Amino acid sequence: MCLAVPMKIMKILDDGRAVVAQDELETEVDLTLIDNPRVGDYVIIHAGYAIDLLDMAEAEERLQIFRSLEESG
Amino acid sequence: MKLPERIILEHGSGGALSRQLTEQLIYPVLKNEHYTELNDATAFHSSGRTLITTDTYVVDPPFFPGGDIGTLGVFGTCNDLAVCAARPRYLTMGLVLEEGFAIADLRRALESVREAAKRAEVRVISGDTKVVPSGKGGGIYMNTTGVGEALGEHILSSGNIRGGDAVLISGPVGSHGLAILAAREELKIGSALRSDCAPLFPLCEALYDLGGDLRFMRDATRGGAAAVLNETVSASEKYGLEIVETDFPITGAVAAAADLLGLNPLEIANEGVFIAVVADAAADRAVARLRAFDIGAKACRIGTVGERWPGKVILETAVGGKRILDLPRGLLLPRIC
Amino acid sequence: MSSPFQQSLHDRRLAAPLIEQIHESAGRISRTVRIMEVCGTHTVAIRRSGVHSLMPQNMLLLSGPGCPVCVTPTAYIDNALSLLHDSRVTIVSFGDMLKVPGSDGKNLAAYMGAGRVRIVYSPAELTSIARGSSGPVVFLAIGFETTIPTVAAAYLHARRAGVDNLFLYTAFKTVPPALHALLDSPDRNLDGFLLPGHVSVIIGEHPYRFLENTGGVPGVITGFEPLDLLRGIAALVKQIERGEQRVENAYRRAVRPEGNPKAREISRQLLEPSDALWRGFGTIPASGLSLRADYMDADARLHFSLPDLRNIEPAGCSCAQVLQGRVRPIDCPLFANACTPESPVGPCMVSSEGTCAASFRYGDTPL
Repeated sequence: MCLAVPMKIMKILDDGRAVVAQDELETEVDLTLIDNPRVGDYVIIHAGYAIDLLDMAEAEERLQIFRSLEESG
Repeated sequence: MKLPERIILEHGSGGALSRQLTEQLIYPVLKNEHYTELNDATAFHSSGRTLITTDTYVVDPPFFPGGDIGTLGVFGTCNDLAVCAARPRYLTMGLVLEEGFAIADLRRALESVREAAKRAEVRVISGDTKVVPSGKGGGIYMNTTGVGEALGEHILSSGNIRGGDAVLISGPVGSHGLAILAAREELKIGSALRSDCAPLFPLCEALYDLGGDLRFMRDATRGGAAAVLNETVSASEKYGLEIVETDFPITGAVAAAADLLGLNPLEIANEGVFIAVVADAAADRAVARLRAFDIGAKACRIGTVGERWPGKVILETAVGGKRILDLPRGLLLPRIC
Repeated sequence: MSSPFQQSLHDRRLAAPLIEQIHESAGRISRTVRIMEVCGTHTVAIRRSGVHSLMPQNMLLLSGPGCPVCVTPTAYIDNALSLLHDSRVTIVSFGDMLKVPGSDGKNLAAYMGAGRVRIVYSPAELTSIARGSSGPVVFLAIGFETTIPTVAAAYLHARRAGVDNLFLYTAFKTVPPALHALLDSPDRNLDGFLLPGHVSVIIGEHPYRFLENTGGVPGVITGFEPLDLLRGIAALVKQIERGEQRVENAYRRAVRPEGNPKAREISRQLLEPSDALWRGFGTIPASGLSLRADYMDADARLHFSLPDLRNIEPAGCSCAQVLQGRVRPIDCPLFANACTPESPVGPCMVSSEGTCAASFRYGDTPL
């Protein structure tokens, strides 16, 4: 019920929308549902709307945990 | 008399206006050494075993990033011949135009046919034009029938495959179908998505040189790679395919767009990619030959013919799991779920 | 997301320790572990990623009712199709609903060519579609909490922009009441829930706390990439092994404990809780959302006098049982013979996320 993908804010437009990108793919999304978006933030996109920001610090930390599991295994 | 701006019903009725359309637009754009007069039928010579194929193009929208119905009408039909190891030589072109279709758009499509025919080294030697009332057609529909000369006596067939054979793909998947979907639904998805529409014959010819080591080829059009892979073994009681998901070439833009829309790149149509099955010992050579071409630069091996799961295509996933790679089913529509 | 990060979530070497953990945990549990993945997107992700094939023999992954298409009664499609008798009406829908058959087998896709039915990827397109239409435009407003705020935002935007020909035919559903219903059903047999990651982005952790009460089961909020799935399953199996019963968030990079209050507030401006009819469950109180009084003029059901929804199951169809996790697709007598993706009998086979469609397409038995 919830296909949503992470993308990076490249440019904030005047009308409450933003240009977001992943790899070479760029598209536009609506920012109505989130607070204080900034260029460089990562957001989760569902049905053309950013539904929240991604916590990049948490993402990195989690990746480190996965890596340390692999190393100790 | 100047050409009007739009097609009207009379353009299809065989009278003066039909003639004007042919003489002033269609013929001047497409004429070649075989199509020098406006006759009811055209003579041609063909040597050896001859293959024929036909295809009808109803692509919506008719003009899209990377090509148009004209490009598709030529390359699509030529590719059907190419994967059957036939050198494409001649095409016919039948058009069904909708009343109100812009003459400028018709010219554009015809010029694409001409350019594509040049690139594919084929000649358009016969054609027909009909017009349907407004609302009864999609602007422009095109049928092309292609005739080609068999490259040799060795006949390619899925029945040729053997256990241990290598499954190859000639290029990155998913471009065409996504470009069409994005254009049709006006998804503001940037300009990175373009159709991969291209003539495959030179690549197919390079593989045919492998003789009996080349078992089978098929272009991965409607239904994408998944459809062709399944077609290859679905009737087999002995063989199945074991394919590795991470081995498929794919561009970043296609991967991202497919994720966004909830689609599987392996199920999306291509117009410049084919799958080949070759003997294992010939796999490296075959890939090297494909990579000598621009559109084959990303060619690679994606799997093996096995005997563990006859009739099925089993995909080994990125994390090492296994699942069935099924035939695509239903319409390609963006999803939220 | 930067590609390297996304790629790492598909990395086999990073997956291996998690898979091992799952097997070890499950190995120490002497019975079959029954986990329900509530969300249809999880059902598909688990199978498409191959994670399903890597799970221990004593683990049963059951699919739940989190498939908006699957739990929408057929009568909704019948009513939507009936709107087309008025030649001025245009129906707009997400792609997911297009192939669902109404009770006489017809579906909305049949009307796409004539322009009577249009699909959208985003509800943001509704303003321009409504403006471009001289007649009424009716949006088929289905979805769970992930989707609901997007429709609310889009509708409110259209309204503020002066659009007055846009109507919503609502059939929104919310997850926590369904979890209650699953737990409350008499012979329920569940050890834990994989909780829907993107619904949780909106609602946060709190609405699931009741799972920690007596009679509840552990629940782990889980993401959708292969490593997220493995992490969620590993955490859940560990809790089950240890007899714990907590709500755990294994998708912290996306899910804040408080969820997204702004999105919820926007939904609240337009919508309020109401009872909803779920295929398979019947009416679950306060499990749906309907338009508030201020916006009732936009309610399609009212404006077009659409009949109330009722549940009518096709003969022999086991979807009601499948949606509750009581019956597996392969146990349904119609599965893969009378009922296939090409000729579906019930919604579990029609929907791209339906349990039966997923089973059919990706295979359910480990290979």
